[in-house]
Amino acid sequence: MKLHRVTALILRHLYLYRRSLPRIMEIFYWPFLDLVIWGFITLYLARYQSEVPGFVTFFLGALILWDVLFRAQQGITITFLEELWARNLMNLFASPLKPSEFLAATMAMSVMKVTVVSIVLAGCALIFYSYNVLIIGVWLIPFVLNLVITGWIIGVLTTSLIMRFGQEAEVLAWSMVFLFQPISCVFYPMEVLPAWLKAIAWANPAAHIFEGMRGVLISGEAPFSNLVWAVGLNGVLLVGVVIWFYRTMAYCKDQGLLVRVGE
Amino acid sequence: MDRMSNSVLTVSKLTKRFGGFTAVDEVSFEIRPGEILGLLGPNGAGKTTTIQMLLGVVTPTSGSIEAFGLDLSTHREAVLQQINFSSTYIAMPQSLTVEENLWVVARLYGMSDIASRVNQIVKKLEMEEFRQKVTRKLSSGQMTRLTLAKALLTAPRLLFLDEPTASLDPDIAYKIRSILKEERRSSGLSILYTSHNMREMEEMSDRIIFLQRGRLVAEGTAQAIVERFGKADLEEVFLNLARESNVPSTL
Repeated sequence: MKLHRVTALILRHLYLYRRSLPRIMEIFYWPFLDLVIWGFITLYLARYQSEVPGFVTFFLGALILWDVLFRAQQGITITFLEELWARNLMNLFASPLKPSEFLAATMAMSVMKVTVVSIVLAGCALIFYSYNVLIIGVWLIPFVLNLVITGWIIGVLTTSLIMRFGQEAEVLAWSMVFLFQPISCVFYPMEVLPAWLKAIAWANPAAHIFEGMRGVLISGEAPFSNLVWAVGLNGVLLVGVVIWFYRTMAYCKDQGLLVRVGE
Repeated sequence: MDRMSNSVLTVSKLTKRFGGFTAVDEVSFEIRPGEILGLLGPNGAGKTTTIQMLLGVVTPTSGSIEAFGLDLSTHREAVLQQINFSSTYIAMPQSLTVEENLWVVARLYGMSDIASRVNQIVKKLEMEEFRQKVTRKLSSGQMTRLTLAKALLTAPRLLFLDEPTASLDPDIAYKIRSILKEERRSSGLSILYTSHNMREMEEMSDRIIFLQRGRLVAEGTAQAIVERFGKADLEEVFLNLARESNVPSTL
């Protein structure tokens, strides 16, 4: 083994970090998120253990619904990345294809992925843990629809950032959605968050869906208020990120970034 | 008939700046129906940026692009429906088969009777033996034929070809040139053609425009350009223009 060849390779990768904020952030990102999410779960269980009947029910339901959001986001972003990896973006955007059609296609891909993954996950939960996701009842339909739209919002945002910053930002395709996990209150209620973080979580449509899910499972109460908030926020944010996508595309065309790929 | 209505593409004072760097500087030219216009210039002259602006993937800083009487900036969809391109440097999705790639392109451009159109283009470009092959397994010659098939499949009225024969052996390159000439003869296809092979440029081009440092410095038939610069052939003109830092326009 030649040390100089090993160090050459190390140097090659260190060079990547020298000018890449996304890569540096990724080093700290996952440990920080683990700390935040499991910290709040611990707080929740310590505070409410006696009041929460069968919290496994929450966790499995929350896990499946979280995956709906995650796959919806991935459906958008990975579809874009596939074109980036295939160096096919110029073929697409030099054709009559409109940005709105591109987004519609990625959203359709997203729905297909969510459908397949949800069926498989719900089936596995039933077989391995005797957990029936339909316990949530008819509310499952608006919950899932809203989480898909929230996934699209994060997906379009992530895609815009990758389009703007190139392949060095592609780690965002997997990590961006987890930035929203602590403020989505997936595994714990919004009330365990500190006041300043609670204010941020309130603007996140997913947090209202998971609050609604817990409400249905604990007390059986209809989550009308949660759904109104989720639908309203989703509508506003979806319009916002689509405008952001169009502006980013215009910027990339101006700077010639759309046809350039690489580190 | 005036100049505008007699051309399929009219480019006026097209300029692209990236910060302080001017990649394309007030370039104007036109392509007439059924004409093959050669676009020549050394590396970094602005050829690729010009083609990218003509395809709508790079926004010009100033100037205008009009194709088929329509402004590209305001009629993007209608213009691009009638244009296609092929480049040695642009790939097709590697995991799809040749035929799958052609079907995707045909659907993207809203072609009807896709099966027969794909069969027709596969036969014309002699791609039968590898039509079911996954694209990543194609040789460079087969890959070039696929990108050309993708460009001709949509029956464009205007075609941009960026070094279409760069990686081909002389026999296949000859066949490709013959197909392009036949396509031009039968359908009136207009072509913007770039190549670093000067003999090919002389053979293919009705007229040639020469870019240097983003500026258009010569325009005319290959013979007229050679005579104007007092050189033996187009290759000598190219070397002369490419090596001189700032050539005054002969226009």
